[in-house]
Amino acid sequence: MSLVTLLLVSILFGAGTFLLLQRSLAKIIIGLGLISHGANLFIMLSSTRSGAPPVLSDGVDPASVADPLPQAMVLTAIVITFGVTAFLLALALRSYLLTGSDEVEDDLEDRRIAQHAVEHS
Amino acid sequence: MSWLLPILVSAPLVGAALTLVLGRRLVPQRIATLTIVSGTATGSLALLLHVDDQGPVTAQMGGWPAPLGITLIADRFSAIVLTVSTLMLLAVLVYAMAQLGRDAVDWWFHTKYLTLTAGVTLSLLTGDLFNLFVGFEVMLVSSYVLLTVRSTEREIRSTMSYVVINLLASALFLVTIAFTYGISGTMNLADLAVRLSEVDPAARDTLSMLMIVVFGIKAALFPLFMWLPDSYPTAPTPVTAIFAGLLTKVGVFVIIRTQTLLFPSDEPSTLLLFVAGATMTVGVLGAIAQNDVKRILSFHIVSQIGYMIMGLGLLSVAGLAAAVLYITHHIIVKTGLFLVAGVVEAEYGGGGLDRTGGLLHRRPVVAALFLPLALSLAGIPPFSGFVAKLALVQEGLALGQGAIVAVSLAVSVLTLFSMTKIWGATFWGEEKESSGSAGRLEIATTGVVLALSLAVAVSAGPLSELSLRAAADLKDPAVYVAAVLGGR
Repeated sequence: MSLVTLLLVSILFGAGTFLLLQRSLAKIIIGLGLISHGANLFIMLSSTRSGAPPVLSDGVDPASVADPLPQAMVLTAIVITFGVTAFLLALALRSYLLTGSDEVEDDLEDRRIAQHAVEHS
Repeated sequence: MSWLLPILVSAPLVGAALTLVLGRRLVPQRIATLTIVSGTATGSLALLLHVDDQGPVTAQMGGWPAPLGITLIADRFSAIVLTVSTLMLLAVLVYAMAQLGRDAVDWWFHTKYLTLTAGVTLSLLTGDLFNLFVGFEVMLVSSYVLLTVRSTEREIRSTMSYVVINLLASALFLVTIAFTYGISGTMNLADLAVRLSEVDPAARDTLSMLMIVVFGIKAALFPLFMWLPDSYPTAPTPVTAIFAGLLTKVGVFVIIRTQTLLFPSDEPSTLLLFVAGATMTVGVLGAIAQNDVKRILSFHIVSQIGYMIMGLGLLSVAGLAAAVLYITHHIIVKTGLFLVAGVVEAEYGGGGLDRTGGLLHRRPVVAALFLPLALSLAGIPPFSGFVAKLALVQEGLALGQGAIVAVSLAVSVLTLFSMTKIWGATFWGEEKESSGSAGRLEIATTGVVLALSLAVAVSAGPLSELSLRAAADLKDPAVYVAAVLGGR
């Protein structure tokens, strides 16, 4: 079970990294989403033990429940990633409205240096 | 005093909600924000005095005993950084109010500024690794919004890379958290310090490296600094000034905290010293190549981070004390320099060195503000930078680390060189046409920051003793562990 999850984590990280290296902003954002999911899943893998839902009530043996802390952490991380991704999407939309394209521009400095090289060769 | 810790974090958050409710009513908004930020600064100062006298203060959230609950802790190191940070937050807030309505600093500014304050205080005070992640995110999300306030094309472009880099760093932070929890089964930093001392050294080294990379991105260490000079200069001056003063330093704070507490060692770290030297050199070379006041200063942030990491890399009490002193000095001076840059930009409608000139004759007071701060950054006596650099150089020589000392001194000369570049092009030279003129309140606030930096130089004696005490605590993780876990 754990091996399957681990494989899934590595696929998410791999696909996320591939998308992150694209020029289109939308793909970059999807890539970041995948990487965050991979990280969240990875936290679940770090649980010390699995078991019954960690709800303490009468008749539940505390030793039989799952480790609740990673679940709480993942929940927090998901909320934060969700918020930031929403902000990034808004930023991408604004960028599209301003420039009319979804492409990430070249770095200004890079362009200047490239131009300099062309002029002096 | 433990009641004060949660208040320092929650008061700015409550204030942020309050400013949202107040909406566009500017006067009550300003009063509320000023009250809360100055209250936080006063509280931090009281906390510092108390902690220095009585030792670390801790608070357990929700009454759960450590290591189960979330711990807030203030020791000497965090109290020093917290005090300087909140004082700068207050100074920049006043500066921002003077600019209100002009540099696109509008009513919503207060809300984001207060959440930023809460993020900074939480990151500095927390004693829990996952809570640190939350603190960082609160701080970063506020910074995203503050960076894009005007949402011009240039701002969007530079913020985009800033957000993407930081989101990636956050994902890496989560992976680090997962590794740490998987290895140790705890998130409490004090408990981690105890448990990690028993695990396999290979696993410890992996965690140590992961944490250096994750926090190195936030602190703009070589080679992870490239996002900084691109994103900072485009924002409005108060925003850039507070980011330059605080955000990267919170990253440095966390690097020093985690490395000394979780991975204690007695040998100087060659890796950290190399990173320190490379950060200094690349930063200052970048600064020399720039032609804009704010861009030059942004590259200097990178360069200066190297000095703090050098203090950590020496890993001795005196080295750590020098790093603490350097952080104190740097937060003040860097904020001050960016505030001066804001005044220059207000005068000329931009900070490009080709459009400035002759300000010394028109506004001699601005030159008088810039010169001591610039000399202090370069480490010229008798200013505060000299005191901090002297401590670093002395300890470096005492430990026989000649190479890093030579690099740090050479970088100081280059720093001075790039400062003369700003001086020559902005204050000397023929007078260029200037459109706006900076207000009195802005100049007065910058003057207060300068006075604080001079105060650091004047009180160098007591301050270095204080940082020596803070460094002694850092060097001995048992102090921190005992404060959180009690006598166990």
